[in-house]
Amino acid sequence: MSTALLTDLTIFILALLVGIEVIGKVPATLHTPLMSATNAIHGIVLVGAMLIGVSSHTVVGYILGFVAAVFAGANVVGGYVVTGRMLKMFRREAGPTATGRPEAESLHGHKGLRGLLSRAGKA
Amino acid sequence: MSGFTGYIQLVYVLTAALFVVGLHLMNSPVTARRGNQVALTGMVIAVIATFILLIHDGTVTATGWAVLICGALIGSGVGLYAARTVKMTAMPQLVSAFNSVGGGAAALVALYGYINSESHAGGVLGTTTVFTVLDVLIGSVTFSGSIVAAGKLQGFIPSQPLVFRGGRAINFALAIIAIGTGAFLFGTASLPAMLILVLAALAFGVMMVLPIGGADMPVVISLLNAFTGTAVAMAGFVIGNWALIVAGALVGASGSILTKLMADAMNRSLANIIVGGFGTGDAAVAIGGPVDAHVRSIAADDAAIQLAYASKVIIVPGYGLAAAQAQHGVAELAKTLEDHGVEVSYAIHPVAGRMPGHMNVLLAEANVPYPQLKEMDEINPEFARTDVALVIGANDVTNPAARRPGNEISGMPILDVDQARSVIVVKRSMGHGYAGLDNELYYDAKTSMYFADARKAMTDLTAAVKTLVG
Repeated sequence: MSTALLTDLTIFILALLVGIEVIGKVPATLHTPLMSATNAIHGIVLVGAMLIGVSSHTVVGYILGFVAAVFAGANVVGGYVVTGRMLKMFRREAGPTATGRPEAESLHGHKGLRGLLSRAGKA
Repeated sequence: MSGFTGYIQLVYVLTAALFVVGLHLMNSPVTARRGNQVALTGMVIAVIATFILLIHDGTVTATGWAVLICGALIGSGVGLYAARTVKMTAMPQLVSAFNSVGGGAAALVALYGYINSESHAGGVLGTTTVFTVLDVLIGSVTFSGSIVAAGKLQGFIPSQPLVFRGGRAINFALAIIAIGTGAFLFGTASLPAMLILVLAALAFGVMMVLPIGGADMPVVISLLNAFTGTAVAMAGFVIGNWALIVAGALVGASGSILTKLMADAMNRSLANIIVGGFGTGDAAVAIGGPVDAHVRSIAADDAAIQLAYASKVIIVPGYGLAAAQAQHGVAELAKTLEDHGVEVSYAIHPVAGRMPGHMNVLLAEANVPYPQLKEMDEINPEFARTDVALVIGANDVTNPAARRPGNEISGMPILDVDQARSVIVVKRSMGHGYAGLDNELYYDAKTSMYFADARKAMTDLTAAVKTLVG
């Protein structure tokens, strides 16, 4: 077993564990956007299509490279745009009726300056 | 790896790190949008770095560039159009389609590398690693399986489980062919064998998803998502790229977690779903049975009185609500009640909808603030303090029979709707849910059945509440 393969395997296993750790914390509310965000992330296969696709000089090679580029391009752009579209719909408040609800305030303790600013902007 | 290529590899490591940080920020609706942007940044720098690497190499032909750029632009255009125009109810189809193209692209990367290296010194055999075979295998299964799943969700392939005689035998044979050919390829370089592997894997993908019913789709989509991630990671092994390996592993982990969550929430094992188990129907297509004498039926006015004079109402939406396009009507009713001083929240079961978390997106689109969307474990203790639980288009997930052993849904996690002081169920008929069981909740003395289409019911209820309190 070569060093390169061993390194690759190490990275794969560690990334898998990091993934389980990080994604386990995502609330069910966001599972659909999460899935579509990971969809966009696996669009990184575009880089694979670029690296390998351009090394060919045959017609079959060009066709396969073209199809791979179409697939990966759709995957990347579509994935990010639709995730952004969905996340934009998640609002803390619907309108004036929901303001000042105590549980809405405490649900996410670390909303930070940015959250405060966007709230102030809406008010 | 030295010099220039080394620097490019560093950029890929940065990309991988940005993906992890981006996904970490998805742990709260407050930071999720930033998370998506962070991940996008990672993607953009990886693509730019790859461009620079290709230009630096200088081996790419003009045709090669044209093919690559045209392909990526056409794909991006299609992806952009689909992402902009898709309805939120159709999200599961779109996610399925992206799984399909992602898996397909990953399989093509390996296939392309395989064909390409035929002309090189050392031949094909040197590059036929276990990863090439796994990438082609998993990628092809994902590609065809996801197309069938998307077709079922979109409705151009019947969503009922399509089971025919000998189906399992065909699946078994296809699996043997695919695995056998894969094993053969380790010892012998053969393009025809590789093509047989591709065809067998594609056929297996179709045959695997066809027998699975519409209501099991949340599990299937999650599983195919995990497959795509794995295929991309395998592609990363094939070309020795860390960004692909890490991204693929992250997606694989995410898909696996969601698959397990969904299967648990449906009280079914993954094997049971793939092999095809009980239930042929679809919770949304409840076929009318006779109205039982023990059931108390209620009209809009009486239901409105109960709701308007409650102090706490929990709404329990199911897929029937989305099928009837009633999410905006529900949001309007909830707003009317809130304006009147009633505390309203939503109880979301993990499998409400056609993919993990789907109901949350549908309600968010209807302008429901996310702090009102409560997960099962969070809301269950609150039912006892609730005056009215309003169940709309949800069935099995509210059936108290799940707490008893000895039936199809025994042990399934449910919403404790029966603990509310009174229950109103909006439903078209007494038809059964997906599990084919009678829902004991409907026969409870404190339950009233409001027989109507969910969308019309919401309009009528809102109007009746407004008359009462206005």
